[in-house]
Amino acid sequence: MSASTTTLQAAQAPAVRHGRNYARRYWYFAAPAAIIVAAVIVFPWIFTLFMSVHDWKVTGDTPFVGLANYTKMLTDDRFLWSVWRTLYFTAASVVAPLVLGVWAAVCFASNFRFRGLARTIFVLPMMATPVAISLVWTMMFHPQLGVLNYLLTSVGLPPSSWVYESNTVIPTLVMVETWQWTPLVMLIVLGGIASLPQDPYEAARLDGASPWQMFVHITLPLVWPFIVVAAVIRVIDALKTFDTIYVITLGGPGTSSETLNILLYQTAFAYYDLGYGSAMVVVFFVLIMLVSLVMLRVRQKQAFQ
Amino acid sequence: MSGATTRRRGMNANRVRRLLGRAGLYLSVLVLISPAILFFLWMISLSLKNEADNTAFPPVFIPNPPTIANFVDVFAKNDFLSYTINSVIVSFTATGLALLFGVPAGYGIAKAKATKAAVLILVARITPGLSYLIPLFLLFQWLGLIGTLTPLVITHLVITVPIVVWIMIGFFEGLPAELEEAALVDGATIWQAFRHVAMPLARPGIMVAMILSFIFSWNNFIFGVVLAGRSTRTLPVAVYNVLTFEQISWGPLAAAALVVTAPVLLLTLLMQKEIVAGLTAGGVKGG
Repeated sequence: MSASTTTLQAAQAPAVRHGRNYARRYWYFAAPAAIIVAAVIVFPWIFTLFMSVHDWKVTGDTPFVGLANYTKMLTDDRFLWSVWRTLYFTAASVVAPLVLGVWAAVCFASNFRFRGLARTIFVLPMMATPVAISLVWTMMFHPQLGVLNYLLTSVGLPPSSWVYESNTVIPTLVMVETWQWTPLVMLIVLGGIASLPQDPYEAARLDGASPWQMFVHITLPLVWPFIVVAAVIRVIDALKTFDTIYVITLGGPGTSSETLNILLYQTAFAYYDLGYGSAMVVVFFVLIMLVSLVMLRVRQKQAFQ
Repeated sequence: MSGATTRRRGMNANRVRRLLGRAGLYLSVLVLISPAILFFLWMISLSLKNEADNTAFPPVFIPNPPTIANFVDVFAKNDFLSYTINSVIVSFTATGLALLFGVPAGYGIAKAKATKAAVLILVARITPGLSYLIPLFLLFQWLGLIGTLTPLVITHLVITVPIVVWIMIGFFEGLPAELEEAALVDGATIWQAFRHVAMPLARPGIMVAMILSFIFSWNNFIFGVVLAGRSTRTLPVAVYNVLTFEQISWGPLAAAALVVTAPVLLLTLLMQKEIVAGLTAGGVKGG
């Protein structure tokens, strides 16, 4: 995309003087959308900051409490555990889809019969309504009647308690997340592979390189920027995961799958502690921005090398 | 003579290797897509079986005979028709408004090369949906709008507007500028150049933006679960309530889940080219 933009700019170069007269007027096109963005996106950001320094319940006074909501977080075990759980869940939900997604992209990059159909089927999990698929997963996880334990025992494996035990619940949710979001990684990496030059492959083939060698020494380095983009998107989405966890476990059993986003929801809309919830939102937002910036920084550094 | 034999053997080895590679490819594809296939087949199977078969162990895989009683149940007992209407109203309005405002905005940002505005859209994409909800929830409460469809439409704009703007920036950047410039030289206003030159050219992009923003609005759960009243539930919220408040019976639950997600799955199957193009370009996802 950026490559085509630069060529376009080069082609337009003589017309720049002409175009500049219009540059300011193009703002009118963005004005209505800017008003909407200000109202439903920017206003909530600012108001959240405002609420986070108040003791804000739904009813009663809302006294200014300074940074009390923030300092409370430092000693709140439930919050600290949820941060730890979120990071654990996120790390696993980034690595697994990335590995599988790159593998899938390599497969879908080659020609075979029914490729279009296979790709569409592969993409279905990420388009399907999360609540709907979560319900079906819940039924599949049933320890006695679920189809998954039937499949496990019929191939001689021990049954799992899936989401009904605290040490298997997060790996199980990671499995759902991987099933759902591997397609997005695949699509992004596939776009990268499609844009690769063919010459290095032909040269390598003449030198007798194996497909694996070509993958490791040509494909992987060349599509690396796309893999990083996919990783950034995956990190952001995994940190924010809500629907599947909420529907399948609601943070349970106990609080053993309560991630930051779930705790946030509970604090604000089950306990109606809006001030504390807002402070958590701010911390959560900063966390997401930091992670994204670090990862984009890594990408930029690589682009310069 | 001996040289020809080795060459032939080499060709044979090559053919065997290629065949193996082919087999490996098909096997990989099968392994990769089977979780999706099995999952959706099982979903359909659950929705077409009676309760006895659904709770049987070992599980019954093929409905025999298939029954549509579960689907009848969903619409008769749970008022799914009015929830469907809610979902249609919310998703269509939110998508329509997003196109109305987002397409010109994408054009303006692309033409003015306003990268900062684009970054703002990106930050909106990064922000968790819940962080909009606390302030907006209070705002709608003060305005007395909780329990109507208006808060849902407004919050769904949080999803649809960034998707539309982001995709349209990409499409308008990719359009050749010569045609609009010719129109401007001929005395057209920039609005006319946009309306009659750029917009018709960007129709495929508008299609992509429309499909994706509709799907992500349709799928959204988090805004509905907080802001919807009893009669203003959207389908994802309604289907979740089937799980929590009804006695758990798998057939109707699977049928309800299928009803909610079927439009999206059909749209994906029919419009796969547009959807793949949009997702590859933007890596968009709502909420």
